[in-house]
Amino acid sequence: MIRRLIFFVVLWGAAFTVTGEPKATEHLLGNGLKVLVKEDHRSPVVVSQVWYKVGSSYEPGGITGISHMLEHMMFKGTDKHAVGEFSRIIAENGGDENAFTGQDYTAYFQTMAADKLEVSMELEADRMRNLHLLPEELKKELQVVTEERRMRTEDNPQGKMQEHFNAMAYSSSPYKHPVIGWPADIANYTVEDLQAWYQRWYAPNNATLVIVGDVKTADVFALAEKYFAPLKTSEIKPIKPQTEIEQLGLRRMTVKVPAKLPSIVMGYKVPVLKTAEKEWEAYALEVLAGVLDGGSSARLTSGLVRGKQIAVSAGAGYGLTSRLSDLFELEATPAEGKTLQEMESALKAEIAKLQKTPISEEELSRIKAQVLANAVYERDSNFYQAMQLGMLETVGLGWQKADEYVDKVNQVTAAQVLEVAKKYLIDDHLSIAYLEPLPINNSQTAKKGGA
Amino acid sequence: MAVRYLGLLLLLVSQLSFSAAKIEHWQTPQGSRVYFVHADALPLADIQIVFDAGSARDGQQFGLAALTSALLDTGAGTWNADQIAQRFESVGANFGTSVSSDMASLTLRTLTQPALFDKALETVHVILTNPKFNKADFLREQKRTLAAIKQREESPAEIASEVFSNMLYGTHPYAHPDSGVKETVGKLKATDLVKFYKQYYVANNAMVVIVGNLSKQQAVQTAEKLLAGLPAGQKPAAIPDVTMPNQASQQHIEFPSTQTHVLTGLPGTWRKDPDYFDLYIGNHVLGGSGLVSKLFNEVREKRGLAYSASSAFSPMLKPGPFVVSLQTRNDQAQQALEVLNVTLKDFIEKGPTQAELDAGKKNIIGGFPMRFDTNKELAGYVAMIGFYDMPLDYLDTFRQKIEATTIDSIRQAFKRKVNIALLQTVTVGNSKSADAQKPN
Repeated sequence: MIRRLIFFVVLWGAAFTVTGEPKATEHLLGNGLKVLVKEDHRSPVVVSQVWYKVGSSYEPGGITGISHMLEHMMFKGTDKHAVGEFSRIIAENGGDENAFTGQDYTAYFQTMAADKLEVSMELEADRMRNLHLLPEELKKELQVVTEERRMRTEDNPQGKMQEHFNAMAYSSSPYKHPVIGWPADIANYTVEDLQAWYQRWYAPNNATLVIVGDVKTADVFALAEKYFAPLKTSEIKPIKPQTEIEQLGLRRMTVKVPAKLPSIVMGYKVPVLKTAEKEWEAYALEVLAGVLDGGSSARLTSGLVRGKQIAVSAGAGYGLTSRLSDLFELEATPAEGKTLQEMESALKAEIAKLQKTPISEEELSRIKAQVLANAVYERDSNFYQAMQLGMLETVGLGWQKADEYVDKVNQVTAAQVLEVAKKYLIDDHLSIAYLEPLPINNSQTAKKGGA
Repeated sequence: MAVRYLGLLLLLVSQLSFSAAKIEHWQTPQGSRVYFVHADALPLADIQIVFDAGSARDGQQFGLAALTSALLDTGAGTWNADQIAQRFESVGANFGTSVSSDMASLTLRTLTQPALFDKALETVHVILTNPKFNKADFLREQKRTLAAIKQREESPAEIASEVFSNMLYGTHPYAHPDSGVKETVGKLKATDLVKFYKQYYVANNAMVVIVGNLSKQQAVQTAEKLLAGLPAGQKPAAIPDVTMPNQASQQHIEFPSTQTHVLTGLPGTWRKDPDYFDLYIGNHVLGGSGLVSKLFNEVREKRGLAYSASSAFSPMLKPGPFVVSLQTRNDQAQQALEVLNVTLKDFIEKGPTQAELDAGKKNIIGGFPMRFDTNKELAGYVAMIGFYDMPLDYLDTFRQKIEATTIDSIRQAFKRKVNIALLQTVTVGNSKSADAQKPN
């Protein structure tokens, strides 16, 4: 378990719950903090998450990655608690904790025995307004984040390709820069930058507290009043839209890095729930992603990995819950002897098929069965349930959206899937990156024996 | 169940109301062991079928167990891979096969509505008892395995881990990667897989774990349906004992990365080791507790040398690896390795302080219910208990055993199991760029 990870949204197709199950309850504090509670009494445990409406897509140039940097610094002490004490207290109370940053959110969590919830509430309330940002701690933590970037991106061919790909695919959308930030920006954060970012976004009226577990809703609301209600609000100015401009033709790039296998990533500009002209379009794109990659029987694995054997792996992804319009992505690694051009043609042929022939009844009912089953499986995890509520609320969709998901997917028709495929999966809105492997220098081994 | 701790754990009254899951255990008529936990809050079931057929059973054909496992759901009975996948996915079930050093597992998660459940179950039964190992499927999966092996060579972490295992285990079957190496995988034939399957996928070598919304009677029937027709066969002989390396050694592999990956360790402990709980909590303090461990504190919090620094024991049938690891900018690798070695040596000599031990106990004991608060995690624990033949009250006595450890018992256990003079160390990174690389 590595703390303070960056969380890239991979919840596509699943960030929702089924109708008819126990629902969350909402309570708004006087200072604007929204508290969501969902009782689950299967086990004497609780998960507590604080979500802030800030992430890499809120960041201007020059300080990209600062939301993630601040996430690291949130463990470095407050007026009341010295550096490291937060983690020590949680650990001594049997808790487990971490945090994650994405394009649209920064979130902190603890999982605890249910009767220890108060410990985590007190600490989270404290660091919401009283953080100490010390120069000597920032200096060390900058090195840590730089190491994190080396591990995730610099030394990872796929990570590097994705970063270059996003930077090309987007023009005016802040999704063009990496969650962890550009290296030169990371190297130059100052305490003042972090202080300003903290003061601007960390306030009760820009946060959501989500509690799921073996608790009584009324007790949680009382605890929230006790610890969070005294916190002062901030004036939160709405963020500028930074809408992506229309793409006017295919974009293409090659990323050359030391690697062993070539690969391709393709991304079409598509709307999400928040930006779709008609809401059903997002659900139809969701179903479309399931047709291509909703399991081993889906078209990419069945047709390209097993059938034509042109790929050793192939996948598709779409997240309908992001704050801004996003990409519908396809990625694949060609089989030995197949070229990236052949791989690209095969992927495009799959898209063309979706634009010509309606998907089969069998495919549609398979996806609906999976959506229904997943909604049950998700309830096995308090953490996941809290994630759904927190994310939907934080991107501005509202946590209640969770309850609509199964019904909305069930209403999608084959004709609608055909329609969104024709409307959105078009070449003029497509970006393509090839990863071309450079040779990795032959390794030399030096041995030292003896003790 | 929990009442008997009262005298021991007065400070932990709040956890005492919680008792771990009730595990029921029996054998099928063919001799397979079954472990069942009734969990009725959600209409789903998690099922695992586990064989002693992991990569430690590869012999010289490294990758044989993994490829056998991967082929199971590519053709069975009268169905091809598409039809098998459709059968599961049309009822919303998730199915997978996997291999570790010790185990080969088939895993099913399904809803328990009869029509859905029965279809998923029948599919697993056919996959398990009548896989086809068709040549075309074999050749495709072999190529995909070879591609995955090739991809390992672009990751300094994977390279380090492979070299490290070889240093620890030499000719022991724990030395090679589960998926094999290109020389051995390239030579495998479909008939090798059939032979492996016939020898190891047998009732006497099988174990079934069921956690979910089924009655005991339904669980009995489920296990019998799943394994019906599987030949009795024989339980395989024990895998060989691990020979400890006879001296410390260090290897460096040049790789054009910005970080150097550092691993150090040796064969550590096995599941039934009487030292296990001392090693477990000791390691928790040393490098197992993430954000508050000694290693994390020394390497990251005090010096900012790495994003992650940790240590772990992996108890298996025979001593699995004890590994201490970190990754750091190339020019800091030597400094980080020194910090790592000093921290480890100091811990082995002195053990934890009383304060560290108390804090570790509070975390492990206080957080105990979170280890299996999902059916999925619980199924994992039950599979571990069943496969390694641990006592059924393992979870019930866990806290008591942690509570009973002392500074001295931990120090003694580490002295017995982590001999500093035998540590194996590997570094993978770009030593030539080390001088040129400067902090930002």
